[in-house]
Amino acid sequence: MSSLVASLALQNLGPKVLDWNWISRNFSHEIIPAIIGHIYLSFVSVTIALVISLPTGIIVSRYRKAYPPVTFITGLLFSIPSLAFFALLVTVPGVGLGPRAVIIALVAYSLLVLIRNVVAGMDSVPEETKDAARGMGLTSRQILFKVELPLALPVIVAGIRIATVTIIGIATIGAYISGGGLGELIFTGISRNFPTRIIVGAVLATLLAVLADLSLLAIERYLRPWARTRRT
Amino acid sequence: MDSILKVFQRPDFLAQLVVHIELSVIALLIGITVAMPVALLVYRSRLWSAVAINTGNIGRAVPSLAILALVFPLLGFGFAPSLVALTLLAIPPILINASTGLRQVNPQIIDAARGMGLSNGQVLGHIQLPIAAPVIFAGIRTSAVQVVASATLATFIGGGGLGELIVLGFQRNELAIQLGGSLAVAILAIITEVGFGLLERAFTPKGLLVTSNHRSK
Repeated sequence: MSSLVASLALQNLGPKVLDWNWISRNFSHEIIPAIIGHIYLSFVSVTIALVISLPTGIIVSRYRKAYPPVTFITGLLFSIPSLAFFALLVTVPGVGLGPRAVIIALVAYSLLVLIRNVVAGMDSVPEETKDAARGMGLTSRQILFKVELPLALPVIVAGIRIATVTIIGIATIGAYISGGGLGELIFTGISRNFPTRIIVGAVLATLLAVLADLSLLAIERYLRPWARTRRT
Repeated sequence: MDSILKVFQRPDFLAQLVVHIELSVIALLIGITVAMPVALLVYRSRLWSAVAINTGNIGRAVPSLAILALVFPLLGFGFAPSLVALTLLAIPPILINASTGLRQVNPQIIDAARGMGLSNGQVLGHIQLPIAAPVIFAGIRTSAVQVVASATLATFIGGGGLGELIVLGFQRNELAIQLGGSLAVAILAIITEVGFGLLERAFTPKGLLVTSNHRSK
């Protein structure tokens, strides 16, 4: 099996598979803008999703009855395959082809993970700590901003990490509905049967996702100094 | 609405639905048969399970379109290359959850079982696997949902599946086909999610179910 794969790979991997000339010729006007477009799509989506999820998560952590329906709805959104989601969104009046539809879908995909982690983060704050804060005369607003949120932050950042990695991956598919980004290189590479484009797009998208994963993990560890000594 | 219902009656709809399910089921089954033995091999060693879990985590970070697209220049167009890509996507979640699930089993329970005279195989089959089953099934569920979703993208490398209808709808600018294909894929994914959720519950040992119910109240 592996020898078959290897021989097939060798057969197709001629010297022309990775056309370094193409890469150097198109680096500044095609590859760099694709990377920037991809980061833009992902960053804007996670930011919007966070703006929605933080208050929703805080409210839901207080009014527990709202939690099951919220996770049910966001869970449904999360399980819709991205190409289908994009194809459905494009038909909505006022959305259409382009980055807007991609961002809406990416925001919808982030909600489940982010809200779930905001709630888990708020739950992780010990009752005694809140009692102590109350005993010191802090108002509930002060407790929220000075005690609960800072203590919940590592768990929230863990959610941001999962959401970001997921979104960087899905954003590649957004290129199919003209969202731009690294998927553009992959799709044009497939349609023109030009492997260099495919490899550049796919490898850069992977690198971006892994890089985001590792750097957010580092932030998460930094915010959780008490867990650093324990095993991961 | 009527025109969307007509899409479901198209002969190619049924054919692509079958291809979609074939791709997903085969990829998931191969994924399980690869990931489970690896998890069983590594979970006893802290080093190797860390290697497996971290490899799985990096594997999960790789975009699904990237895997499908990278398989194309290596293996070409069609069903088999798509299957290879989907199998690669199916492995990481199962590997991660099976390794962590087996490691999380309380060592005192294992000691107690050994003390009762159970052999290593019996401890694994009667104690460790049942206790880890919910976590393992959660991994299989994640994997299944991801594979069903990614099988939609197989159309881009000639693998067929329901993505074919979505792309056809786009190319011909036929809204009904585009919507019909999308709805069918979405429903299939939700059925997978809910169905595996039920399986997960069914495979949770009754003893564990009682305590987890208790906790939620």
